[in-house]
Amino acid sequence: MKASRFNLWFGRAWLALGYTFLFLPIVALVVYSFNDSPLPNVWRGFTLKWYTSLLADSEIIAGLWLSLKIAFLTACGSVVLGTLAAFVLVKYKRFGGRTLFSGMVTAPLVMPEVVVGLSLLLMLVSVQRMLGFPERGMMTIWLGHLLLGMAYATVVVQSRLQDLNPQLEEAAMDLGARPQQVFWLVTLPMIAQSLASAWLLTFTISLDDVVLSNFLSGPGATTMPLVIFSRARLGLNPSVNAIAAITVAVVAIGVLVASYMIARAERQRTLDRAAAARA
Amino acid sequence: MQRVISLFTGRRLVIAAPYLFLLSFFLLPFLIVGKISVSEMEAVAFKDLITLSDGVLQLSLKFSNYVFLGQDSLYIKTYISSLQYAAATTVLCLFIGYPFAYFMARAKSSVQPVLLMLVMLPFWTSFLLRVYAWKGLLSEGGFVAELVIGLGLDQALAAAGLISSPGKLMNTPFSLVLGMTYTYLPFMILPLYANLAKMDLRLLEAAADLGASPWVAFWKITVPLSKAGIIAGAMLVFIPCVGEYVIPELLGGPETLMIGRVIWDEFFSNNDWPMASTVAVVMILLIIVPLAVFNKYQAEAQEGAK
Repeated sequence: MKASRFNLWFGRAWLALGYTFLFLPIVALVVYSFNDSPLPNVWRGFTLKWYTSLLADSEIIAGLWLSLKIAFLTACGSVVLGTLAAFVLVKYKRFGGRTLFSGMVTAPLVMPEVVVGLSLLLMLVSVQRMLGFPERGMMTIWLGHLLLGMAYATVVVQSRLQDLNPQLEEAAMDLGARPQQVFWLVTLPMIAQSLASAWLLTFTISLDDVVLSNFLSGPGATTMPLVIFSRARLGLNPSVNAIAAITVAVVAIGVLVASYMIARAERQRTLDRAAAARA
Repeated sequence: MQRVISLFTGRRLVIAAPYLFLLSFFLLPFLIVGKISVSEMEAVAFKDLITLSDGVLQLSLKFSNYVFLGQDSLYIKTYISSLQYAAATTVLCLFIGYPFAYFMARAKSSVQPVLLMLVMLPFWTSFLLRVYAWKGLLSEGGFVAELVIGLGLDQALAAAGLISSPGKLMNTPFSLVLGMTYTYLPFMILPLYANLAKMDLRLLEAAADLGASPWVAFWKITVPLSKAGIIAGAMLVFIPCVGEYVIPELLGGPETLMIGRVIWDEFFSNNDWPMASTVAVVMILLIIVPLAVFNKYQAEAQEGAK
């Protein structure tokens, strides 16, 4: 009994330390974004000046706008390609080159981004020499992010597809639905939640990427992470803290809204079930 | 009959679209990197590997980059130190992450979703900004730096050779490994948690009934059963760490050699594309074995999940 009580407290302490480790840098960024001193480590009182200076920072604003556009396109494209790839991996157990396919789908998850970026760039340059296009810029960054986003989207959608009850799709087929109808009317509504989380995940991944963007960007196409990275490289910069604090606020609101909606859907489902049981 | 045909072409299309995308934007670029690594660099373009002149078909491969790589001690040292830093990060992540995932999986089932969400939450805030935050925390006067120095831990770190002199924590092997451990810890925790949460706890009861102490049961039952999770987590940490660029650039120093930075510098500073390609090809060869191991266990885990 004594051992298990020790276990309990040791476990709690370990978890508490672990979460402190995970969240300490985030808290520090938010706190120091309100610091009046230009030296980031010396507290000199509360200020909002870094936020107001951010509004006048055209480099950041332009970068943010470009990043948002690329992230939106990446998320949409990744969900489409990822859903297709997940569908192939789950439904089609046998076709030529399946091993190569499944290897290629997950490889970008772990492949160092420097290698992926370098190889894509060298290919784009070769194509450009032959055909005269594409120019490097927003579209080429999008292509790189799509490759990475597709891998993540596939994993997310695949795990949901595997949990689906195949009998529902079979029942629809038996009732005369064509394969396309089965997909749009039965499969898609059931995996919709995983598509939403894949969309959000790939959106954030694209919004955050430095390495691929740097290899694939052209003149004038500077995304927000590239701006932040070039400033962070030179040293500590209070404007970066302010950006971080805004990001944290947006994420926190997003998570709160999402968990509220999930909780509400859950409650609705319980109510429906109770009503169905009564009827 | 019509239905069979439409199903067949539909199926072909569904497979072909992502397949072609990956072939042309993932596999083909790697082949091009391989080609450029053995190409002769001319003024602006690469010499073709195969040329036809005076009716003679000529294949010219230039392996001098690879020979140079093998002879230059700095490259070899960089590869070795990249592997060492990645290995150290993996061990640290396992040391912190295994007990963490274990206690998460054994917590009350009502709090587990919250605990899980808290591990994923940092994912949603920018990785770049979180790494940057450590720069502030570890530099002179930073909160963590003060704490470490206040506790006298910097003496121990200096004695272990992780920092060059007591009191200076930034731009050292210590700050690099700390940054990588911090960034990749969730990648270790998540597969371990998924694995440990699935475990059948009756096995531990059976072990206790047969007279095993909790400690023995942990090592003889829990750890072996979580092997797949350990391997998946370790690979998810180790492989990206070997080629990491952003963290060494922000938290590392001049003496922390990492191969990702070498590729970047060869490409952007020296404009030596064949050399950058050669360094990249050798790096792929280094991580291909762990990658294959990862794919095998990933596939097994997927099969097992069904």
